Amino acid sequence: MKIKKILASALALTLLTATLAGCGTSKTETSQTPSNTTQESASKENDIKSGASQTNSTSAQNSKTDVSGTVTGSGSSALLPLAQDAADKFKSVNPDISVTFNGGGSGTGLKQVADGSVDIGDSDVFAEEKLDADKAKELVDHKVCTITMAAIVNSDLGSSVKNLTKQQLIDIFTGKIANWKDVGGPDEKILLVTRPDSSGTRALFTKWALDGNQESSGASYLETDNSGELLETVKSNKGAIGYLALSYLVNNKDVTPVSIDGVAPTLENTYSGKYPVWGYEHMYTKGEPNQAVKAFLDYIMSDEYGKNMEAQGYGVSSKMQVTR
Amino acid sequence: MQLQKGMFRKEYFWKWLISVCGIIMIVITIVIGAFLIYKGSYTFTGFGHSIGEFLFSAKFSPNDSYSGSNGSVGAAVFIVGSVLTCGLALLISTPFSLAAAIFMTEISPKFGNKFFQPAVEIFVGIPSIVYGWTGLTVLVPAVRDVFNLPYGNSVFTAALVLALMIFPSITSVATDAIRGVPSSYRDAAYGMGSTRWQIIKNVVLPAASSGIMTGIILGLARAFGEALAVAMVIGKTRVFPKNIFSSTSTLTSVIASNMGNTFDGTEYNSALWSMALLLFIISLLFIFLIHFISAKGEKKANGKD
Repeated sequence: MKIKKILASALALTLLTATLAGCGTSKTETSQTPSNTTQESASKENDIKSGASQTNSTSAQNSKTDVSGTVTGSGSSALLPLAQDAADKFKSVNPDISVTFNGGGSGTGLKQVADGSVDIGDSDVFAEEKLDADKAKELVDHKVCTITMAAIVNSDLGSSVKNLTKQQLIDIFTGKIANWKDVGGPDEKILLVTRPDSSGTRALFTKWALDGNQESSGASYLETDNSGELLETVKSNKGAIGYLALSYLVNNKDVTPVSIDGVAPTLENTYSGKYPVWGYEHMYTKGEPNQAVKAFLDYIMSDEYGKNMEAQGYGVSSKMQVTR
Repeated sequence: MQLQKGMFRKEYFWKWLISVCGIIMIVITIVIGAFLIYKGSYTFTGFGHSIGEFLFSAKFSPNDSYSGSNGSVGAAVFIVGSVLTCGLALLISTPFSLAAAIFMTEISPKFGNKFFQPAVEIFVGIPSIVYGWTGLTVLVPAVRDVFNLPYGNSVFTAALVLALMIFPSITSVATDAIRGVPSSYRDAAYGMGSTRWQIIKNVVLPAASSGIMTGIILGLARAFGEALAVAMVIGKTRVFPKNIFSSTSTLTSVIASNMGNTFDGTEYNSALWSMALLLFIISLLFIFLIHFISAKGEKKANGKD
């Protein structure tokens, strides 16, 4: 009887400590956000101080800094893989600055940076196109890289459809041409694989590859949520054509990129201005960036990181011979 | 009864703690509803679209910038897509669910308890992304090849995936309902010389009918709210489906694929919130329906007794 009682109380005690521990962790989790903001404000104070000292000593600001703090960012899913890769590599150079990026889409990024909930808002589009003028004016644009969009076809078509003229591309996406035999391919129905009309990838492709002609909703098409899904859909459907960023094609042999007017979608052709379907990837900050954020932006736009960028299929902004 | 130390203090403490937890849940539900009404009604109050246009027009091209509101917000395609997909899923799933429930309770209770029920319960725990992914890689090509279609993303494929997902919900509720039928009913019927099939058909199923209906409606509610798996296999074409083998969009899939890209407070964003509100209202309707049916069933049972 007594043993039972002792056992029971021991069990109760362990349970109690377990629940208490549970409470403890959940508490720290919920209090993370305020602690983050205090850290941020602390780092801002730091920045002011170090900024002042910088003007005095004019210390050279290379990729290595003695700044500490946190950098948060959210937005464009097209830029996310690069941003996360840059954040990882940046952390090995600057262990005192923690950088985290989330997706959510360009809309989320612009909105969150405008209301101050993140330091960096990633966007595929210029803020002026989306936010109202007052809000867009507060944001500072950093064109961290360029992104090239390529039309891709199922590899079954790869041997016969290597090149399309812009007019053919427009006719295909507006539903005027519905069979591949009309553009020199096999007798196969064309299946469009697109992105939702709110997508930044689609906006870029519509503007520069289709000269603003809207995709037809009458043609046979499938809509996909993201570029990975689009790739998968083009891969598994004969006669499929879609479009995505060059960065998705770096390690991919399952689909074939198509040249437009004889110009292949490559970084070199983008730099020289021959290939028209590209756009900037923006990292917006609200006002001028603080020290930690600036260190990160300097790093991601450095020549040193530029090599990584190109290896992943993104273009280095400073190499562009044309501007938009 | 011996008085214990702090007995009444505990009494009041637990009473208050439990009441507060309950009230918080009610408040959260009401707050979510109020937020959806606030966001979703802006399409009609702020941008001046009529509810008729939203429900019955098929033209969906809202404006996604802060300048002006010259788009159209007709969601009829998505509403039809949702209703069609879920209805078809229910048609596919209900016979299997009922059969499974009857098998587990009437035909082979021992095997049912030991193996069948755990197997059904495993279905519940599989995340919808897994259903969607499997559907995309296995079902979509299969449907394409079996029915000789240009592509396999269709209402039918989505209904198949949904049917699999709502199968456990309907089955478990139906099983409980059938188990709840008093064994005296069965014994009486056996005593009068009925066969097992006669008992199932004429005694057990009618007696459990309100519970089974509840299960079916719960399944329907789950099907209506499912976004991820459906979005992956339905093709998301924004036109009315010509037949069950063509692709279309549903309310949830269009919200899921556009919510991150659209900008807060624009016409496009508001239209999506209106669809969210519509889904909320539909699920409320389902819940009312369940209560109505079970109340009726209780009345019937009491009347007979």
